[in-house]
Amino acid sequence: MTVAADANRPVAMPRGRRRTELVMLAFAVAVVLLAYAAVGLGLRGKLPGLPADLVAFAALMVVAHLAIRRFAPHADPLLLPLAALLNGLGIVMIYRLQESGRNGNPGLQVTDMSTSATTTQLLYTGVGVAVLVAVLVLIREVRVLQRYTYTLGAVGLVLLAIPAMLPASHSVVNGAKVWIIFGSGFSVEPGEFARLALAVFFAGYLVSKRDVLALAGRRVLGVVLPRARDLGPVLIAWAASLLILIFETDIGTSALFFGMFVVMLYIATQRTSWLLIGVTLFVAGSWLTALAVPHVMERFTVWLHPFAGSNATGIAYQPVQALEGLAFGGLFGTGLGQGQPYHTPLVQSDFIFSAFGEELGLVGVMALLLVFGLLVQRGLRAAVAVPDPFSKLLIGGLSFVLALQIFVIVGGVSGLIPLTGITTPFLSQGGSSLVASWILVALLVRVSDTARGPAPQPIQDEGMTQVVRAG
Amino acid sequence: MNALELTLIRIGFLAVLWLFVIAAVGVVRTDLFGQVSHRRRAGAPARRPAPEPTPAASRPPRSARATPQHLLVTAGALAGTSLGLTEQQITIGRADDATLVLDDDYASTRHARLFPQDGQWLVEDLGSTNGTYLDRQKVTAPTPVPIGVPIRIGKTVLELRR
Repeated sequence: MTVAADANRPVAMPRGRRRTELVMLAFAVAVVLLAYAAVGLGLRGKLPGLPADLVAFAALMVVAHLAIRRFAPHADPLLLPLAALLNGLGIVMIYRLQESGRNGNPGLQVTDMSTSATTTQLLYTGVGVAVLVAVLVLIREVRVLQRYTYTLGAVGLVLLAIPAMLPASHSVVNGAKVWIIFGSGFSVEPGEFARLALAVFFAGYLVSKRDVLALAGRRVLGVVLPRARDLGPVLIAWAASLLILIFETDIGTSALFFGMFVVMLYIATQRTSWLLIGVTLFVAGSWLTALAVPHVMERFTVWLHPFAGSNATGIAYQPVQALEGLAFGGLFGTGLGQGQPYHTPLVQSDFIFSAFGEELGLVGVMALLLVFGLLVQRGLRAAVAVPDPFSKLLIGGLSFVLALQIFVIVGGVSGLIPLTGITTPFLSQGGSSLVASWILVALLVRVSDTARGPAPQPIQDEGMTQVVRAG
Repeated sequence: MNALELTLIRIGFLAVLWLFVIAAVGVVRTDLFGQVSHRRRAGAPARRPAPEPTPAASRPPRSARATPQHLLVTAGALAGTSLGLTEQQITIGRADDATLVLDDDYASTRHARLFPQDGQWLVEDLGSTNGTYLDRQKVTAPTPVPIGVPIRIGKTVLELRR
C-alpha cells in the first residue's frame, strides 16, 4: 500500500500521542520563557533572573499534561500545547505591562492594573488547570452532560441575568453591566460561564428537536425556508440576546450568545436558511438597538468616524490609541518591552491584542491568530470524528464560538467591525475568561479522547437479540 | 544592550514563534497521513502477506479478500464518523451502549451488528423494524460485507473501508 493511496481515503487518527504532546508543550513553555527574556532585555537592557511565576507556570502545564496522560490518554496532542502557549504569552504580556507601569514612570501606570497582576493571572491559570483536571476526572464522557440539558440551561440563563438584576455599584465595570462584584476587588464575569452552560443546553435541545427544525417550508429566492411555526426557538434566542444588549449594554456577549445558537442550529439541521435568518435578525436587532440605546450608537460612531472632529481625543480615544499602536508596530513590531502599549487604556484586557500587534508586529499576530485557528480546527476535527450527536453538536458549537470570539475582539480592535468589550481567550487579564477557556480546553480534550480512543465496548455482551413470541 | 542585539532578539523571537506554528501544523499533518501509514506498512505484512492495490471499481470478491480497517459513515447525521475495526463486534442502533449510537427515527434500539468471522466482516440484522440493507438487498441472515458496499440503516449509510 502506498502513501498516496492512504491520502485518498479517510484514515482513523493515530491513537495516544502523549510524547508528541510533551515535546510540543516543552516547545510552548520555551517560547514563553524566551518571550519573558526578551521583555526583560527590552525593558531594562539586561537578562532577568528566572522568576518564580514562570517556574510555577511550567509546573502547572506539566500537571495538566500528566492529568491528560492519566485520564484522557487518546486525546489530541495539540490542544494543551496551543492553550499553554497562548496562556503563557498572555502572562508575559501582562508582566510586561505591569513592569512598564512600575518602571519609575508613575505616569505610565496602565489603567486599572494592580502591581500584582502577573501573580493574580498565574493564580487563575492554576485554577484553570485545576478545573481542567476536575473536568477530566468527573466527566468521563461528554455525552453524560446531555442529562443536565435543562438544568444547565436554567443555570446559564440565571448567570446571564444576575448582572442585569444587580444594582450598578455591584455590576458595572467600564460601562458594561456584565459583572458580579463581591467587594474587596474580587469580581466575576458570569457570562463567560453562562456561555458554556448554554452551549450544553442548546446541544441537548437541538439533538432532540432537530428533525422537526430541519423540515422544509416554502421556497423563497432559491432558499428553502423553515416552516414559520418552527421559528419559535430562534426568535426566543434572538429576543434573549437583545435583552442582554439592552440591559447589560454588551454587544459582544449578545453576539456570541446568538451566534452560537444559530451555528448550532445550522450544524444540527444542515439548513443554510437558518444562517441567513440568523444574520438578518442579528443585523436588524443591533441596528434597532443602536437607534434606541445611546451607548450602542456611540460604538457605531466610534467605528465609522474614529478620527472625525474631537473623537480621537474623546469617545474614540481608546480605539484610536490601539490603532496607532498597531500602526507603530508595523510588519515586525517594536520588539517585546520596547513599544508603548500602555498608552491605550485597558490594554491588559480588551485591548491586549493591540499590545501584541505593537510589539510583535503583523508577523507576530498572524502567528498568534494561526495558533487560535489551529485550536479551533482541532476542536472541529474532534467534533467531526466523535460518534455521538450530542458531543458533536456541543463541541462544534463551542469551537465555533471560540473562533467567533476571536473574530469579534480582533475585528473590533483593528477597526474591521464595531468594537465590543469582550476578552481575548487565554491572553486577556481576567480570571473568569481564563478559567472558562480552560474548561473549554478540558471539554475538547475529553471529546477528542472519545473520538480517537478505541470504540466503546457494549456494557454486557448479550449475543444475539432473542425473539420472544407470545403464545 | 545595543540596537543591533535588540533587533536580533526581536526577529529571533518571531522566528521561534513561527517555528512553533510550523511544528504544530506538522503534528496535524502526521495526524492525517504520516504515522498511520508508517504503522500500517510495518504491521501489514504480518496480517496479509500480499496486499494488492484494489481499484475502486473492482468486483466485490476481489476487494473482499483485503481486510477492512475502518467503518465509515457516509451519509446521515453522523456522516464523517469513522470507527477503527478490531476483533470486537460492532453493534449499531439507538441504544446508549451501542458501539455506533444512531440518532435516527428509522433505526431500532438494537438494529444490526457487524462481526468478524474467518477473516471477513458479516452484517446481521437484529430483528429491526425497518430492516438493514446491504446495497439494495435486504439482510435476512448474516451476510459478508465487501469493502465499499453501502449498508443502509434508516437514513444512515455505512461502508467498510481499507
